[in-house]
Amino acid sequence: MTFASIAAVTTTLILVAVFLALVLNLDQMAKNIEQDVQISTLIDMTADEDQIVELGEEIEQIDGVAEVQFSSNDNELSKLVESMGDEGQAWSMFEQDNPLNHVYIVEASIPEETEVIADQIEELNNVESVLYGKEVVEQLFQFNNYARAIGLALIIALVFTAIFLISNTIKITIIARSTEIGIQKLVGATNSFIRWPFFVEGALLGILGSLAPVAVILGGYYYIYNNFANVVNFRFVELLPFDPFAWQLSGMVLLIGAVIGVWGSVMSVRKFLKV
Amino acid sequence: MITMENVSKTYSNGVTALNDISVHIDRGEFVYIVGPSGAGKSSFIRLIYREAKPTKGKIIVSDRDLSKLKERHIPYLRRDIGVVFQDFKLLQKLTVYENVAFALEVIETPPRTIKRRVQEVLKLVGLEEKEKMIPSELSGGEQQRVAIARAIVNNPKVVIADEPTGNLDPDTSWEIMKVLEDINSKGTTIIMATHSKHIVNTIKRRVIAIEDGVIVRDQQRGDYGYEI
Repeated sequence: MTFASIAAVTTTLILVAVFLALVLNLDQMAKNIEQDVQISTLIDMTADEDQIVELGEEIEQIDGVAEVQFSSNDNELSKLVESMGDEGQAWSMFEQDNPLNHVYIVEASIPEETEVIADQIEELNNVESVLYGKEVVEQLFQFNNYARAIGLALIIALVFTAIFLISNTIKITIIARSTEIGIQKLVGATNSFIRWPFFVEGALLGILGSLAPVAVILGGYYYIYNNFANVVNFRFVELLPFDPFAWQLSGMVLLIGAVIGVWGSVMSVRKFLKV
Repeated sequence: MITMENVSKTYSNGVTALNDISVHIDRGEFVYIVGPSGAGKSSFIRLIYREAKPTKGKIIVSDRDLSKLKERHIPYLRRDIGVVFQDFKLLQKLTVYENVAFALEVIETPPRTIKRRVQEVLKLVGLEEKEKMIPSELSGGEQQRVAIARAIVNNPKVVIADEPTGNLDPDTSWEIMKVLEDINSKGTTIIMATHSKHIVNTIKRRVIAIEDGVIVRDQQRGDYGYEI
């Protein structure tokens, strides 16, 4: 039974670790995206230089705007050509007759305010349109929220299962020692004195159960990070670096293990301390 | 030392074990509680060390009002009370010494005091030679003496004994009574529930008789009064 509950903690914590790693990485990606949300203000083709400068000043005065950067149509074209790689060379022929607009690149000081700011910029004169990847960003945020909710729900369910199993294991120890507990109570032992050994036993079960998961985290994440990080690394999708992330995750798992153990034991002792 | 005022105890199954009992027991007294089985003797005893709570009335034990005693203060009440049972309640895997020391360990007495104090009480009950034995190697009387040693090792003000001689033959019972008298002569209050007519009528002390949950007799130097 002791083995069974350690095994239960082990299985639980391995799954918890996988979900935690996923959720935390997704979270980080969402943050990266948030940080990178920029508003491209396409300036009307007919606007002259004074009007462009005036527009820039107007944008800067909007509340919550952190930075405004001007990018000429030539600049935009070369960025486009660059981003397309070899195929982008085809765009070079537009150099003589650039179809792109001059652009103000605007960054919000708080990413969530991007939409409000974009709406205000759109109202200004000499603005042709405003682009900020609204749909993509919102979908990503939504996906991330779902993933996080599901991951957390699973983690909580798993943790409770493990607590239940540990509390059962400890209950068996307690029943075996119920005469002893009865006598302890009779001669005036305080509840905390009686609880203490079970508390330690629970913590030990939890910590023993989390040793294997910690090994899995360190080994597994090391492997994934070194073999897949470069494959999946583009713009936003970036794995958290092994050091310190894998260590932090291991610490978390150890802590969760100990908490599961202690909680499970405290739950089962409580009933025996009445009278 | 112990005062009960209009105490009643009704269990959750509706059985009334004690009905409006008032009694006062002074420091240093030796009191027999007698009466037929199921009359309420055990309930009376259980109320004193707060194993059970009165349904009505007031109980004061060594200056503590038990009706107001908080759950977490019960251990401290029990440190003032030694309890001895018919079935000894010893831990079978521990030696005589360990069984007695156990009572001091749980109240976190310093180890050096434990050793001295345990040897003292084992000598008092005449078991200093057997401290390394385990309960199953002892006779019934010896086991009960271990239980008494455990009950008195932390110098309680009261020792409560629930039929301490119930499982023992007459000769052994006298040994136990001698030990209890010894303890009483040093000033410890003793409350003893018993069915032994012989003991009550020979060692004359205060007798409280309980029948159907009511005190029917309370007599100094009384006798057993029942024919069995």
